[in-house]
Amino acid sequence: MKILTCAYLCALLMLSNLVYAQQTSSLAISSAGFSGFFNLDSSEGNDGIFSNWELSGKISFEELGFFHDRLDPRQHNNYVSFAIEPELYREWDNGKQSFTFVPFYRYSQHDSQRTHFDIRELTWLLAEQDWELRTGIRKVFWGVTEGIHLVDIINQTDLVENNDGEDKLGQPMINLALIRDWGTVDLFLLLGFRDRTFPGIEGRLRSFPEVSVSDATYASNGAAKHLAYVLRWSHTLGDWDIGLSHFYGMSREPTFNLRLSPTGTPQLIPHYALINQTGLDVQLTYESWIFKHEAIVRSGQEKTFYASASGIEYTFYDLFSSGLDLGIVVEYMYDSRGANHLSAPLQDDFLTALRFAFNDVQNTEILAGILFDRRNNTQFFNIEASRRLGDSFKIETEIRFFNSSVKTDPVYSLRHEDHIRIDLSYYF
Amino acid sequence: MKILIKSVISSFIGLSVLQASYAQTPEQKGLEIAQQVERRDSGWQDATVTIKMILRNKQGDESTRDIQQKILEVDEDGDKSLTVFNQPRDIKGTAFLSFSHIVNPDDQWLYMPALKRVKRISSSNKSGPFMGSQYAYEDLASFEVGKFSYKYLRDEMLGATDSFVVENTPLYEYTGYTRQVVWIDKERYIPLQIKYYDRKNDLLKTSHFIDYQQYLGQYWRANTQLMENHQSGKTTELLLTDYQFKTGLTPRNFDKNSLKRMR
Repeated sequence: MKILTCAYLCALLMLSNLVYAQQTSSLAISSAGFSGFFNLDSSEGNDGIFSNWELSGKISFEELGFFHDRLDPRQHNNYVSFAIEPELYREWDNGKQSFTFVPFYRYSQHDSQRTHFDIRELTWLLAEQDWELRTGIRKVFWGVTEGIHLVDIINQTDLVENNDGEDKLGQPMINLALIRDWGTVDLFLLLGFRDRTFPGIEGRLRSFPEVSVSDATYASNGAAKHLAYVLRWSHTLGDWDIGLSHFYGMSREPTFNLRLSPTGTPQLIPHYALINQTGLDVQLTYESWIFKHEAIVRSGQEKTFYASASGIEYTFYDLFSSGLDLGIVVEYMYDSRGANHLSAPLQDDFLTALRFAFNDVQNTEILAGILFDRRNNTQFFNIEASRRLGDSFKIETEIRFFNSSVKTDPVYSLRHEDHIRIDLSYYF
Repeated sequence: MKILIKSVISSFIGLSVLQASYAQTPEQKGLEIAQQVERRDSGWQDATVTIKMILRNKQGDESTRDIQQKILEVDEDGDKSLTVFNQPRDIKGTAFLSFSHIVNPDDQWLYMPALKRVKRISSSNKSGPFMGSQYAYEDLASFEVGKFSYKYLRDEMLGATDSFVVENTPLYEYTGYTRQVVWIDKERYIPLQIKYYDRKNDLLKTSHFIDYQQYLGQYWRANTQLMENHQSGKTTELLLTDYQFKTGLTPRNFDKNSLKRMR
């Protein structure tokens, strides 16, 4: 494994074993970008560079426990872990410019792949009247549905964090947003491809056979691997919020090739293809109803395919004058790659969920849902609850059950992975 | 003859004017007071304010929220506002963008910083509590004459201040109130106290506006607002500081892009 110096980080971080540096070695943002911005800053005179920094963030302790015994003797039934995610922020120029730095580190017992470091954000932002320039490492989210995030493509999934795929790795980029009466046009140049993270051999919630991350293959190397180009138009028209995007670059989602390792054990080797993906996301918000739809067409990765997610959400606000909001979510997910495709577990599936927001002082929330396949009896049960404790702590719990008797279904390898996750965070 | 006619006409006009003011219905008088309140508080263009919200329960336990708010005055419609939370820390950076309308539903977006997600949210949520406080979303919306029908009830001294007492009935949907009774300072045309009656027409809450300060020689803002819930015994206090007006904000400061970077 090569450990490379990462010049453009301005030596802000002296961390070895930099997952980040290994993966973005061919990045070439000149350090002039950042030093220029510091000079600009110090010219403010009375407002020196060392003043007005805001430090905040969280430290969390996590317990992950499994209800069924491991399938592989190298795995464990219980994992403790902690993570730290501070945020350093400063704004100047009347709020028109800002700098944000968010490093992240997790230590996980047993699972060496889950013990990892990442830079979630390292961004300089300049906002003018009709454009915004955002340069550096960032996270961008697009989309409207809850069961699956099809359109959201900028950042790589940090799958070791959580199997729901909502955690993302920081993505280096230059993003120019043009703000016009007829909508916002976002132009992205993404610099540096990031491999998806997968649990290690000792980790749970992994596939059988295991994924060998370091043997990943790419449809192309060099600039074609590391540069991606993205265009997005988004606009609000009355009750409608619409987004239309196109991505050209290395797919964030791999396909897998099965092979035997030198020791004769089967392994899944991720393969990243060069793709074109067009995405549409639409939401109509009408009284207590939300209608949402996401659709993508992707070409370049196996056969061209189409996937969509559509749903309805209805919320009973302030139920019986108790302050409780009860939301009902129903979504349908379709993927033309069909059943038994490893990358498309939600190819003909429904999500039904209830969302309780108590609107109390502790901000108690519960989300309970079932994802189920329309044809076979594969099911995924999910309960998430969170509550603030005092002013600075928050406790979050996830309970997840997988039910699959169909050996060819991608969820089948998770049949022993029913688990509870308890996360206690301190915010500062 | 000419002179006589003139004087007859003028006395007739004088009489009818007198008649009109005499025959003014409580509804007309209530509406006139509301229009005066709105007229005297228009023209401030935009404002920024820092809010400390203190929630207290019956036992006296306290919880605090720190909020920054920017407001843009919009002619002929409800105001635009951008609200961002700094405390408690677990919701730091959570921001709320609202384009309020007079009777039509508002347009609202919520930004969740952990997910970097902007979500359009339903504006049917009028009566629900704002951040666990005793303020409902509708209590914090900008005052627009067209949102209510009015009925003047009486004149009354509230403490040492001579005031009009007016009953406001919400005309918008999803309200939690049958009516609100408002005490308005006769001299300054500003609310001093509001009593809120729930869907069963029982007294639910009283809002007090304390320690008014005048800005730009015209606009009055209360430095403290206190909401008491008579049914639960809980209170919420708002401490409003650092008021600034005409800071040059434009609609651009109230779009989805600025929602994501507001602090």
